[in-house]
Amino acid sequence: MSFFRRLAPALLAATILTGAIAPAHADEQFFPLQSYRVGPYAAGGTGFFGGFIDYLTLINDRDGGVNGVRLTWAEGETEYEVEKGVEVYQRLKSTPGIAAWNPLSVGIAYAMIDGVTEDKVPLLTVNHGRTDTTDGRVFPYVFPLLLNPWSESSGIVNYIAAKEGGLEALKGKKIVVLYHGSPYGKETIPIYELLAEKYGFQLIQIEVPHPGSEQQAQWLQIRRERPDYVVLRGWGVMNPVALTTAQRNGFPADRIIGNVWSNSEEDVLPAGEAAIGYTAITTQASGQDYPVLKEVIAGVYDKGQGNLSDKARIGSVYHNLGIVNGILNVEAIRIAQARFGNRTLTGDEVRWGFEHLRLSPERVKELGAEGLFHSINVTWDNHEGEGYVTFQQWDGKKWNVVSDWIAPDWALLRPIIEASSEAYAKEKGLTIRTEADVDTVIGPN
Amino acid sequence: MSLAVEAPARPLLTGQRLAILALLALAFLGVPAFASPWTIEAILLPFLALSLAGLGLNLLTGYAGQVSLGSAAFMAVGAYAAFNIQLRLGLPLPLTFLFASTTAAAVGVIFGLPSLRLKGFYLAVSTLAAQFFLQWLFNKFGWFSNYSASGVISAPVLGFAGITFDSRESRYLLALTTVTLITIFVHRLVNGPARINLIAVRDNETAAKVIGVPVLRTKLAAFALSSAIIGIAGVLWSFTYLRTIEPEGFNLDRSFQILFIAIIGGLATLRGAFLGAGLIVVFPLLLSRGSAWIFDGGLDAGSVQLTQRIVLGATIVTFLILEPNGLSSILDRVTARVRSLMGRT
Repeated sequence: MSFFRRLAPALLAATILTGAIAPAHADEQFFPLQSYRVGPYAAGGTGFFGGFIDYLTLINDRDGGVNGVRLTWAEGETEYEVEKGVEVYQRLKSTPGIAAWNPLSVGIAYAMIDGVTEDKVPLLTVNHGRTDTTDGRVFPYVFPLLLNPWSESSGIVNYIAAKEGGLEALKGKKIVVLYHGSPYGKETIPIYELLAEKYGFQLIQIEVPHPGSEQQAQWLQIRRERPDYVVLRGWGVMNPVALTTAQRNGFPADRIIGNVWSNSEEDVLPAGEAAIGYTAITTQASGQDYPVLKEVIAGVYDKGQGNLSDKARIGSVYHNLGIVNGILNVEAIRIAQARFGNRTLTGDEVRWGFEHLRLSPERVKELGAEGLFHSINVTWDNHEGEGYVTFQQWDGKKWNVVSDWIAPDWALLRPIIEASSEAYAKEKGLTIRTEADVDTVIGPN
Repeated sequence: MSLAVEAPARPLLTGQRLAILALLALAFLGVPAFASPWTIEAILLPFLALSLAGLGLNLLTGYAGQVSLGSAAFMAVGAYAAFNIQLRLGLPLPLTFLFASTTAAAVGVIFGLPSLRLKGFYLAVSTLAAQFFLQWLFNKFGWFSNYSASGVISAPVLGFAGITFDSRESRYLLALTTVTLITIFVHRLVNGPARINLIAVRDNETAAKVIGVPVLRTKLAAFALSSAIIGIAGVLWSFTYLRTIEPEGFNLDRSFQILFIAIIGGLATLRGAFLGAGLIVVFPLLLSRGSAWIFDGGLDAGSVQLTQRIVLGATIVTFLILEPNGLSSILDRVTARVRSLMGRT
């Protein structure tokens, strides 16, 4: 019995020793990446982390880093599984000079909230995440940048209103929300109910059990109800199946509006012709017609340093989300450097940067991203930052933007967000921050 | 599977017992003092939780011969029960553990009922019902997650008698103490009179009935106890390790993982659960750490991960071919060899 058991501590000790990470050189800022390149969600993971790394590479090569501070990163594979993500977090969290965490997974982000708050390092959940972390008063280190799930719902309803000729026109319309049978899918149920009550449209919410590869019953019900629009709140295989089943039941694709996890090329390509005309929300337009994308192609891919193995995916939805995420991270560092100096920043200093991350449309244009995303205005208590959304329609080959930039109804959502975050603060015994706490920043030593 | 030969009575302080005591001393005193945060958080905490789950399943599958594919669901029952007991009743910690395991035991008995009529593969398939039904239940009804908007809940900090189990070391010690106590309890159980009943049911049900073993009661008791232990493992998994609870974390993959821990470690042995968890939980992490260090970003993380899977798969196949009775038997042979070598010199 004892032999292996005695060996185990020695093995552990060996790993701890060999795993020790070399100290960062002066003036480096490190990004620990909990990426997922294998497993069922690899398409999203390779695109997003590919775009993020491409942008960091561009900043290093073109500008020599952010004001001379080079950006470094290391990847740990999570397969989108929470415990693997936690392991990577534990493995990389003692690396010096961490700027921020970007897990792109709600489950992993949840498991890290306590940890990053203790470490005082920002945790970014661009386009997704826990809605009430928008309230920076309770979650100082968590940033659901650009769009949280509730804003997304409001943005979709506002788009339908714009198509119908104003919010008044929603009265008496009938909208079906087809949602994935998971915590993610169900998160917006109360918000759609609130919106239906406020704007007077008739609402039917139908669940599709995970994974969603069979939806005949749901679409028969939709056919009976004859709604004006179907909102698709899908995930993975549920999306193409929804589109093909809709076609079989004679529901027009251009009356189906997808949410942010139903808006990628991977969601529509398997549906073939059935997806033509399908429209989906996005915070970042797809395509390569933006100066920053051209620079990524010329400065990174043409030099053979690109991260995507398939160049055809440059400018795809997830790749562009990664690039936008790169811009937001880099600009937060730049803003924090303007205050604290052009050096390796502490996590708390980067947090200050994110809490002052204001990129006006003019600044976005300077960054070469005009049209790619609209703007962001993060403050100490609003960690989402008033991201605008736009809508894109699939033509069988690519997405085309078909709307202006649309603002979700933030004022309507804010009280519910605050109620939720205050309940969390009470449950956890946290004190709610005030504006004065923002400038209390832990510097180096 | 044959009935294991009873070990002859031994003196109080055998080499084996000394080794176990030394190991416990190291785990209780050495680890909190010297282990790195990564070792505790990423290796030891999941190792302890899944060892316990493997131990619970081993009681059912290894000793009583009933195959179950619902282990992850019983872990979820334990975790959600503990969350709701803490939230709604605010009971002290030992009572929380007790009630969480009782709830899991009750649910285990319900899903163990088919075992009275079904055997082998058919029983395994019927326990899948537990897996699907319970996961659906926690998803469907917001009450279980206290109407949390996203259905993912962050586990509250456990505390008892003025001590809060918030820091890394205290969570580790809580998990370690729980696992140690339960292991001692199971050790006494399977070396006591219950052993005969369990093994008789496993090896030949008809013969067991003929000699007067209460087959039905034994089966249900095995389901109850096994689920109770797996429920506690779920509490440790959610509260001391991940500190969040989500239904997706207790999916069928997890059930298989626990089954593999029991089989690869060695059925009907206690240490099998720990050895199996070592191979299934700790080995991939060491492999991933090692490969990250060797390749140092030279390969993309995805390829490294796939390589690791091949290595892990090959290791498991090799082990099982070398010794179908699991790691525990290999260990026996190794210690016997070492002993005979030492005896010779």
